[in-house]
Amino acid sequence: MKTIATKRGVLPGFGLTMGYSVLYLSLVVLIPLSALLLNSTGLTWGKFWDIATDARVLASFKVSFLTAAAAGLIDAVLGLLLAWVLVRYDFPGKSIFDAMIDLPFALPTAVAGVSLTAIYSDKGWIGSLLEPLGIQVAYTPIGITLALMFIGIPFVVRTVQPVLEELESEVEEAAATLGSGRVRTFLVVVLPQLYPALLTGFALAFSRGIGEYGSVVFISGNMPMKTEIAPLLIMSKLEQFDYAGATAVALLLLMISFLLMLIINTLQHRLRKTAR
Amino acid sequence: MAGSVPMTSGSSMNPRTRSMKETSWVKWALIGLAALVLLWLIVLPLIVVITEALKQGWDVFLAAIVDPDAMSALRLTLLVAVITVPLNTIFGVAAAWAITKFRFRGKQFLITLIDLPFAVSPVIGGMIYVLVYGEHGWLGGWLDSHNIQIIFALPGIILATLFITFPFVARELIPLMEDQGQQEEEAAVTLGAKGWTVFWKITLPNIKWGLLYGVILCNARAMGEFGAVSVVSGHIRGETNTLPLHVEILYNEYQFSASFAVASLLLVLALVTLVLKGWFARKNAH
Repeated sequence: MKTIATKRGVLPGFGLTMGYSVLYLSLVVLIPLSALLLNSTGLTWGKFWDIATDARVLASFKVSFLTAAAAGLIDAVLGLLLAWVLVRYDFPGKSIFDAMIDLPFALPTAVAGVSLTAIYSDKGWIGSLLEPLGIQVAYTPIGITLALMFIGIPFVVRTVQPVLEELESEVEEAAATLGSGRVRTFLVVVLPQLYPALLTGFALAFSRGIGEYGSVVFISGNMPMKTEIAPLLIMSKLEQFDYAGATAVALLLLMISFLLMLIINTLQHRLRKTAR
Repeated sequence: MAGSVPMTSGSSMNPRTRSMKETSWVKWALIGLAALVLLWLIVLPLIVVITEALKQGWDVFLAAIVDPDAMSALRLTLLVAVITVPLNTIFGVAAAWAITKFRFRGKQFLITLIDLPFAVSPVIGGMIYVLVYGEHGWLGGWLDSHNIQIIFALPGIILATLFITFPFVARELIPLMEDQGQQEEEAAVTLGAKGWTVFWKITLPNIKWGLLYGVILCNARAMGEFGAVSVVSGHIRGETNTLPLHVEILYNEYQFSASFAVASLLLVLALVTLVLKGWFARKNAH
């Protein structure tokens, strides 16, 4: 019998599975992604700077980041409500309620896009009610925000839910015994323990929102300077065969979203430390 | 990272003391409010797909679905899923085996790299393949001289879909196999079992429900992907048009009922996915 007690343990297959994983990862993800960084399009720093400071590019980034942030924030509040109700209460239809939360994960984004546009256009179920009030949702940043809220809500619920389930009830009980009211107990005792999960949920919804395309492109109206999102700008540059321009916007989008994720991760680390 | 769906097992209600419970009316007000949010944000878009699809009657609905272009889009979507899902499943199992059964340097870094496609906009996910295989891309000249077309053809659609759905299976399996440890496998190997036997007889039965959970999510995204595929497809009707792209084409041609009829096929896919996903998660919890 061979000696099986190697340094890594007794199980076989490390070379095969590791080798295959790294090869496949390189072929499908790393090498194609490096095409952006190694820039095959003849993009120079000067040109990159020109594109990055172009008014239309800046406007599209403003639309993308503001709508994604607004959607993430609203999702954090609504997601907390949904997670709270699912964890703390029993009610008829709860399992269907719970299952429906994941619909945005399973529904193709283009379907969500056309459906939301139909609801909020001036002839739609909700759009026709808002129109007499002078509120236009479809083809405005509000419409983009709504689409991103749909896409982002499961991220918040599914990050907050397990944390809420694991929450230790002792502190809550102590606060209650000491005469603290229910609302006060929630705000002072429960909510701070949920901040890291809420921040993670917000960050996931936000980062998904920045890159989102399918659900937004129908409801946004795609007007340059007004409702054009950054991914759409990349798309239109590609359609005009402006590969250098598309690469510049894509690089910018990637850099900013990685930077933001880094900031949020650091913040979260701090929050976890102070929560202890 | 974005796109990950942690498997939630059935929630158990903690026994709570009386002083910690909200009064009944607060409880029901919160449940009612949550139900309204769910109806407005998630259920309404679902219902509108169906009502819009049937707006001009069953004839228009059926005609849109049996239309040759729709049928060819359906075939392409199924073909893409049949190719990409098994490839990413094999990768997911291999990566999870390497990551959870062995100790090595840079493990966390490798997991981050596997998650990378979730952090990248789908449009960028499609665009990078244009930069590599497109007419003006790295390999464009060589491919052109050998008459191989990747972008605006099936291979491009498959590559973009592989990228977008890359992490799904691995992400599901890594925490699951981490939790299960490796005592059973080690015992079998010590008793003389071969590697493949251990995998088929011990590991696979242990992870099968988690694996199916990852596969079904991977499949839903593979069949529903829009942004990345839109970049590389070229939108040639009857040839490189997938179902989600067909929804867009019909919608842009103001054939709304037809567009929603095709969208309702994708809605069925989503609902079947949700049902199977719930079933696999329950099985996995036991």
